[in-house]
Amino acid sequence: MERIADFFRWLNDAHGVNLSIFYDAFDRSRFLEGLWTTVELSTICTALSLAIGVLGAWLQGARFGLVRQLVQAYIQFFRNTPPLVQLFFFYFAIGNELPHVLDEHGMLVPPISNVGWAILSLSLFAGAFNVEIFRAGIEAVPRAMVEAAESLGYSRLGIYWHVLLPLAFRISLPALNNNLVNLVKTTTLAYAIAVPELLYAAAQIWSEVLNVREMMNVLLVTYVALIAVLVAIMARWERALRIPGYDP
Amino acid sequence: MQTEPAALVVLSRVEKRFADTVVLRDISFSVARGKSVCIIGPSGSGKSTLLRCVNALVPASSGSIKIDGIEVNDPALDKIALRRKVGMVFQQYNLFPHRTALQNVMMAPIHVLKQDRHEVEARARRLLAKVGLAEKERAYPGELSGGQQQRVAIARSLAMNPLVMLFDEVTAALDPETKKEVLVTIRELAEDGMTCMIVTHEMGFAREVADHVYFTEKGVIVEHGPPGELLARPREERTRAFLNQVL
Amino acid sequence: MTTLPVLLTPGKAALSRPSGDGWRDLFGGGALGVVLAALGISILAGNAHAAPSLGGSPGVLAILLKWAPLVFQGFLFNLLVSVLSMLAGTGLGLWLGLGRVSQLQVLRRVSGAVIQFFRNAPWLVLLFYCMFLLPFSVSLPFGTVPLPDAAKAVIGLSLPVMANVAEIVRGGVQSIPLEQWESGEALAFSRRQILWMVILPQCLRRMIPPWMNLYAILTMSTTLISVVGIQDSMTLARAALVAEGRTELFIPMYLMLLSWFFLYCYPIARGTAALERGFRVRI
Repeated sequence: MERIADFFRWLNDAHGVNLSIFYDAFDRSRFLEGLWTTVELSTICTALSLAIGVLGAWLQGARFGLVRQLVQAYIQFFRNTPPLVQLFFFYFAIGNELPHVLDEHGMLVPPISNVGWAILSLSLFAGAFNVEIFRAGIEAVPRAMVEAAESLGYSRLGIYWHVLLPLAFRISLPALNNNLVNLVKTTTLAYAIAVPELLYAAAQIWSEVLNVREMMNVLLVTYVALIAVLVAIMARWERALRIPGYDP
Repeated sequence: MQTEPAALVVLSRVEKRFADTVVLRDISFSVARGKSVCIIGPSGSGKSTLLRCVNALVPASSGSIKIDGIEVNDPALDKIALRRKVGMVFQQYNLFPHRTALQNVMMAPIHVLKQDRHEVEARARRLLAKVGLAEKERAYPGELSGGQQQRVAIARSLAMNPLVMLFDEVTAALDPETKKEVLVTIRELAEDGMTCMIVTHEMGFAREVADHVYFTEKGVIVEHGPPGELLARPREERTRAFLNQVL
Repeated sequence: MTTLPVLLTPGKAALSRPSGDGWRDLFGGGALGVVLAALGISILAGNAHAAPSLGGSPGVLAILLKWAPLVFQGFLFNLLVSVLSMLAGTGLGLWLGLGRVSQLQVLRRVSGAVIQFFRNAPWLVLLFYCMFLLPFSVSLPFGTVPLPDAAKAVIGLSLPVMANVAEIVRGGVQSIPLEQWESGEALAFSRRQILWMVILPQCLRRMIPPWMNLYAILTMSTTLISVVGIQDSMTLARAALVAEGRTELFIPMYLMLLSWFFLYCYPIARGTAALERGFRVRI
């Protein structure tokens, strides 16, 4: 471990290539914490956006036209406006309007932190895409299969939960995975509201240590590698959940 | 005095309209317990709609459909109670492709009827064995041939212990080789005493299995009778024309 | 290996999708309506909120309208950046995509790696990279060309566009059935001739919907340039809010900005969907 640190110190002294995260413990910990925050953000937003997708797809089949309209409005709004502006809208505009609460130091703070707004905004953004993805998956389920489930006595909710959703999920897995990859990339937007994810951590490091060039490269490589790993995991998951006899 | 076997299914002046089109008109007949009827006719004659009305998948516009005393054409119908008594097998896309054959058969009794898992599993295994697919219980529908899929679908409907089984052209999408195994299964079912309503194009099968055959065209029952008579010596011109085309 | 299909194929499923509800669907299920209603409500609420404390000062709507032209100029700048990045990215992406389907394995591999790299990298990180690491000026044979921040941003955004266009081109070329290539060969055309005279003209139509979709995404992503310090509609909107200093302006201002982007991007999405439906039925 020390030898690696020494190597990078030498690299800095002899060639001016300052990769401080490899020899400086504080910088390294900041970087890794930033990476971890990105992973956390991505995981929570994925789970929430999936839940939103499931709920939204269910509501799209609702009896009341108003409910269907509202779901459509939600989808079209979040898909056709910039996620950064959405984020700012939630954090600055709506966040401002909420009544402040007292925190443990006795100071008045907004009830939802910047991390909280980031999670909410990104989940709603990704959720809108998921609703459409699930809808497409549900449409690939033949009407006869739904009738068969009905004839067996399943209620509408039962059909959705036991037949439509599991099938729609498997059918749309490639599109869902694509959305997940985009979500991970979109977490970088949280930088703009000072959420300490990876980009923010890197920016902090390079503004102190003044090694912009090196940190930029590290950042780029880290994200590309992170996503490559994610894509590989997704591919394995897709293979595991394959429906035998269905080859789109 | 001779007592008639009790009528299990009674249709009385059933009509079905979709917007302006009349799909079923003045359909009235009954099916006695333990008997099998076949419904034949050209496409678009309303046969499938008729079955779906019996099963409450499609509400009839007017008329009465009684199954073991339950009035189907009733807005306050208890659908679960009905679905325990009536099973239906479709032409294709019956099975749930993300579950194995055994799981397919087990699902409804567990989820809908809330029966005990171990009981259901034992019953499911027996039913799969009955349709000759005991060794395929862990296969997925995508790994089964068409005929095997349809037989699993039959077993799945039987798992609900119905009084009446409805078959909607279940062999129409199959190759000739696989058709036979499915027809044999249905025939055995009928011989065991199941009350069946079968929509089919297979005239030979109708002759073997049916106690009574109904010929429908354009939503009306044109003619009906025992298969020996109707298929060999049809009275109506339209029946004759149809049979000439098919046989 | 089944003789009976267990699910519909995706193409068939799409055909069975019912078309939109006519003109009601045209307005995004009322999304715009909801946004405009929210905008209206927030303006009224802002007025009510402010009235007691500020007496005769102008209402929220008046302030919005005062700043709207300036913020709109910023919005136009966003659109300018989107058009320039799209052109640059499409030009580069076309060649990268052709490299991806080339006969030479080396070219295929390298193109594939480049595409993967720029598709995996977050757009904001690429922007930062270009802003920080591109030189301030480029010395060309005929003199030094200054590279202003906006130009760096255009370059930064054109990189992911390039990668995505390359994927669209690859998808388009690979979707043309083998028979087209074979009949071209039978007529003694070279591969290059077949590509340019037979395959690409056919792909072009198919590539347009995803290409338009990409443009909409790009347009929405131009707001990222505000994060790297370039003045656009976002920075101008925030500057206006700071200048006015009234918190009840926040919601209406952002809603206004959101509705502008919506009005620009939603028709593109509808057009894309309509074109896609047209293709499905014809092909």
